Amino acid sequence: MAQMNMVEAIRSALDVILDKDPNVIILGEDVGYFGGVFRCTDGLQRKFGEHRVIDAPIAEGGIIGAAIGMGINGLRPVAEIQFADYIYPGFDQIVSELARIRYRSSGDFFSPVTIRTPCGGGIRGGQTHSQSPEAIFAHVTGIRSVMPSNPYDAKGLLISAIESDDPVIFFEPKRIYNGPFDGDPDKPAVSWASHPKGEVPESYYTVPLDRAEVVVAGDELTIVTYGTLVHVAKAAAEEVGVRAEIIDVRSLSPLDVATLASSVNKTGRCLIAHEATRFAGYGAELAARIQKECFYSLEAPISRIAGWDTPYPHAFEWQYFPGKKRVVNGIRKIMEEG
Amino acid sequence: MARKSRLHIPRPSARPGDKPDFSYLDLAPAGSVDKPAIDARTRDIEHLSSGLVRVLDDKHQAVGPWNPNIDAGQLQIALRWMLLNRIFDKRMWQIQRQGRISFYMEAFGEEAVSVGQAMALRPGDMCFPSYRNQALFMYRGLKLVDMMCQCLSNTRDMCKGRQLPVMYHGKAANIFSISGNLSTQYPHAVGWAMASAIKGEDHIAASWVGDGSTAEADFHHALTFAAVYQAPVILNIVNNQWAISTFQGFAGGERRSFASRGLGLGIPGIRVDGNDLLAIYAATLWAADRARRGGGPTLIELVTYRAGAHSTSDEPSTYRPKDEYKSFPLGDPIDRLKQHLISIGHWSDARHEQLEEELKAEVLAAWKEAQQYGTMTEGPFLDPASMFDDIYAATPPHLESQRRYMLEIEGS
Repeated sequence: MAQMNMVEAIRSALDVILDKDPNVIILGEDVGYFGGVFRCTDGLQRKFGEHRVIDAPIAEGGIIGAAIGMGINGLRPVAEIQFADYIYPGFDQIVSELARIRYRSSGDFFSPVTIRTPCGGGIRGGQTHSQSPEAIFAHVTGIRSVMPSNPYDAKGLLISAIESDDPVIFFEPKRIYNGPFDGDPDKPAVSWASHPKGEVPESYYTVPLDRAEVVVAGDELTIVTYGTLVHVAKAAAEEVGVRAEIIDVRSLSPLDVATLASSVNKTGRCLIAHEATRFAGYGAELAARIQKECFYSLEAPISRIAGWDTPYPHAFEWQYFPGKKRVVNGIRKIMEEG
Repeated sequence: MARKSRLHIPRPSARPGDKPDFSYLDLAPAGSVDKPAIDARTRDIEHLSSGLVRVLDDKHQAVGPWNPNIDAGQLQIALRWMLLNRIFDKRMWQIQRQGRISFYMEAFGEEAVSVGQAMALRPGDMCFPSYRNQALFMYRGLKLVDMMCQCLSNTRDMCKGRQLPVMYHGKAANIFSISGNLSTQYPHAVGWAMASAIKGEDHIAASWVGDGSTAEADFHHALTFAAVYQAPVILNIVNNQWAISTFQGFAGGERRSFASRGLGLGIPGIRVDGNDLLAIYAATLWAADRARRGGGPTLIELVTYRAGAHSTSDEPSTYRPKDEYKSFPLGDPIDRLKQHLISIGHWSDARHEQLEEELKAEVLAAWKEAQQYGTMTEGPFLDPASMFDDIYAATPPHLESQRRYMLEIEGS
């Protein structure tokens, strides 16, 4: 086992799969010679060559469209969109093409593209480098949406995503690339070295694409979350001193309802936490499914903690970010109800 | 021809450690390109897209048909704006390195573009800039202190703390809000120009993108609409050779000039020395006159060099030779205008140094004032409640309720 941060784990996944499968190629802006603006592809072009790790023009629609074409012709492309905030020029290709090729050709054609894209705030990126658009894509049937919260899962899930014959959008919460983050920007940065999930095998392994994970076991409350908020939720539950069961959804679509339902049926209370905006957000789907499966076990209304329904403001990053204080408040409130 | 298909991967002429090599640039002597009539047909002036319009020659003289014959006083003013741009950038870069602002982007090496084009446009013309056009804002009357306040996201920030540094806008100055996404402003400029024509006005629009951004679909949408409706618009491509780490070959610049991108649609293109203020001014004025007289759009490529990093988050020595800009064959825009003014007896090294000192003092004074309106670490701070304003014309109930809850949390 090696110690890896999330960038290294993602690079390791790409390294392993490029080595294992000659059909895998990487395509994206600045991914080749330079190694990516977040260094996720650093050294891969040198190792695998310019025909496997390919620098692309600045055209997200072109990157995704061309990746789809390569996929139709038997390759297994991994497209990088430099920031999730830049993915929208590729929206038509994702929604109208990537997600539907298998369906409209009754299975005769498919394109197993994986789109990697860094998301989320907390790096002073302002409104065009901080977005969490996962709900927009989770809403689109025919593509899988995944978001890891630690290096071990990042590597295992990314390999699964690339090997999957379904298209996958792989969201990388960039605030936790270098270390877990409990939502307090004033505390010194923590590295992955002290975290059990910073232990990452150097060789091939997979983490299944359709399984949520119970991160912390508990019996008083279930917190359903993913991405950066997994770490915030842990810190908040510790602060309140509640025995919360914390579930990392990991696979946003398709969703592992059974793991969520069995937890909430046990605890009777459910708090949902994500960084993305609330209105018609991913939490709404979680709440609806859990309500249906667990209605007779619920002791309090299901509650959501989310980003405000505003763009991500540069000056008010920490008032916007659903940090520990907001999650703590949410926990206290839900524990008092019912 | 090879008997197998092959995948071509563009490669820049030099990487770190290599000797800079700009032999790929098609150059032409100053004065060698003819200046056609304003109403020339596109098919008769296609050669403008592959030539290089230059006015300042290697001996710093203004020559040829494109010489706009601007008087020396105007040129001194232009020099002042370019120098102010550079000094402002150097100061803000330093301020970012000290951790006082979160991010910055400089226009180092490209200052002639914004200044020369601003001079050729009228105040009623609308600008849709990219993120390296700061001199446009300065020229059109934005105060340095207001630009600094934007970078600080402080209480006087025109963006109310919502945008990254350098994403300015200037409603009164007729400059649209800068987006962090690329080329999105290009179709806006075309639409604005179409509206101007619909309303029967003679205002035109101008927009700027980099060489890399021409790959975005919005670039092509803009060209199509501009051609179809013959919109009164000037579409500028600032070819500074680099898009973060990828050179202009990755935007398709290896075989044809960027100025020729519009020819297939019948849009005339002019390839201009982007470090030659006189050439930039003359070409822009030509395109503006043509647009105002119903001649439709012009695509202008400004050949320059991104002498600095892409942004404060970038380190160009990892992908291109260090100090490559010193070998750029079109030189430095400020130095070239300075030498021209000296050669015609209207400037001197001493006056230049004196101007530099004056501008440094002006920038420093603005910085001192800007900090009084707050910094990232010291108040006064913007009211966080304001983050819920301006999402809609009137704030709907669900946002009002989030605002109340946010204040409750922040107050607790």
